Amino acid sequence: MSIFGWINDQLLRMQWLADAVTEGVLAVGLDPASRIGGSVHFFVYDVIKIFILLSVLIFLISVVQSYFPPERTRRILGGRSGIWANTLAALLGTITPFCSCSSIPLFIGFTAARLPLAITFSFLISSPLVDLASVILLASIFNWSIALAYVFVGLVVAVVGGTLIGRAGMEDQVADFVRNAPVHDTDETMMWRERLRYARDQVLEIMHRVWLYVLIGVGIGAAIHNWVPEAVIGSLLGQDKWWSVPVATVIGVPMYADIFGTLPIAEALIGKGVGLGTVLAFMMAVTALSLPSIIMLKRVVKLPLLALFLTVVTGGILGIGFLFNALTHWFI
Amino acid sequence: MIIKILGSGCKKCVTLGNNAKAAAEAMGKDAEIVKVTDFAQIAGYGVMSTPGLVIDEKLAASGKVLSVAEISALLSP
Repeated sequence: MSIFGWINDQLLRMQWLADAVTEGVLAVGLDPASRIGGSVHFFVYDVIKIFILLSVLIFLISVVQSYFPPERTRRILGGRSGIWANTLAALLGTITPFCSCSSIPLFIGFTAARLPLAITFSFLISSPLVDLASVILLASIFNWSIALAYVFVGLVVAVVGGTLIGRAGMEDQVADFVRNAPVHDTDETMMWRERLRYARDQVLEIMHRVWLYVLIGVGIGAAIHNWVPEAVIGSLLGQDKWWSVPVATVIGVPMYADIFGTLPIAEALIGKGVGLGTVLAFMMAVTALSLPSIIMLKRVVKLPLLALFLTVVTGGILGIGFLFNALTHWFI
Repeated sequence: MIIKILGSGCKKCVTLGNNAKAAAEAMGKDAEIVKVTDFAQIAGYGVMSTPGLVIDEKLAASGKVLSVAEISALLSP
């Protein structure tokens, strides 16, 4: 076996862990092939795997992130415009905070510094949608081509979405206090010790925030995996049903969860024959848009701009869903 | 003196608030700790990453949890 194959199977997919959990399930007298045994296996294996991967990944990414505090990102993006500036903003969005809750201060800071809306929104769309941790988790649960395709289309939504919003010329649709906010620039650099401390704190804080979502997500995943008949899922979200993508998107938009919680659900749905596009649309809808973040955003932008933002992002997610369903055979 | 902690009530903000209080008490300063959670007000200080620390209406730090010693250094004239 190639080195890469070994790394993929043992470090990312954690085949050793799957085997160990199988042993454990057998040891307590359950048959891994049975419903209960299968549910227990899915739950224990996924929970341990996601927590191990998350801790390692968040730590590594936080170290990278410590080189790009928001002030620096703003300086990098300042004075630029055009499609490459949007692309740069979307790329920077992938290495900045994991949580949509930190987007609002960033939005205010960018807008106050007179960055164009196109740039700001490219960044805001990509920031919760695509991050390095979710890419590697996608590679772990599915495969690398799905993970890379996810990044690519996520960036496309961010770039196109930001550009469309910029074209609409809604600079005046931002709350007044945002544009009048002071711009405070710092140029502090961290020492290595500080970076490591920052990364450790990030791991603790993010785990503290997401552990419950992960458990719930894995629980739902395990339930779908072993208890919901394929026919039921198929009749609701099956590949041949044109409404599967819109239904998945509409269910996902108001939900608030981290991508880490939605991955096990996605995994179980794929196993039941739901289209890849439908599953990706669900994941993107959950992470990019949520009721709490919409309510927060409502306070900094006026209704027409908010509506445009929601329309553009939802439209992008629907488009990706239909596209991937049509091209599923390329990936699985 | 008035020390303001900017942040939406995250764990880091609580820690920063406690550190600020400890630093002020250790230096025998009569400080009032105020928590600012409304992000319109937080934006008013030009802060993009929370928690932020404001000492007598002057932004002293943002985006990190300062230790008691670090805050003491900021508080000393």
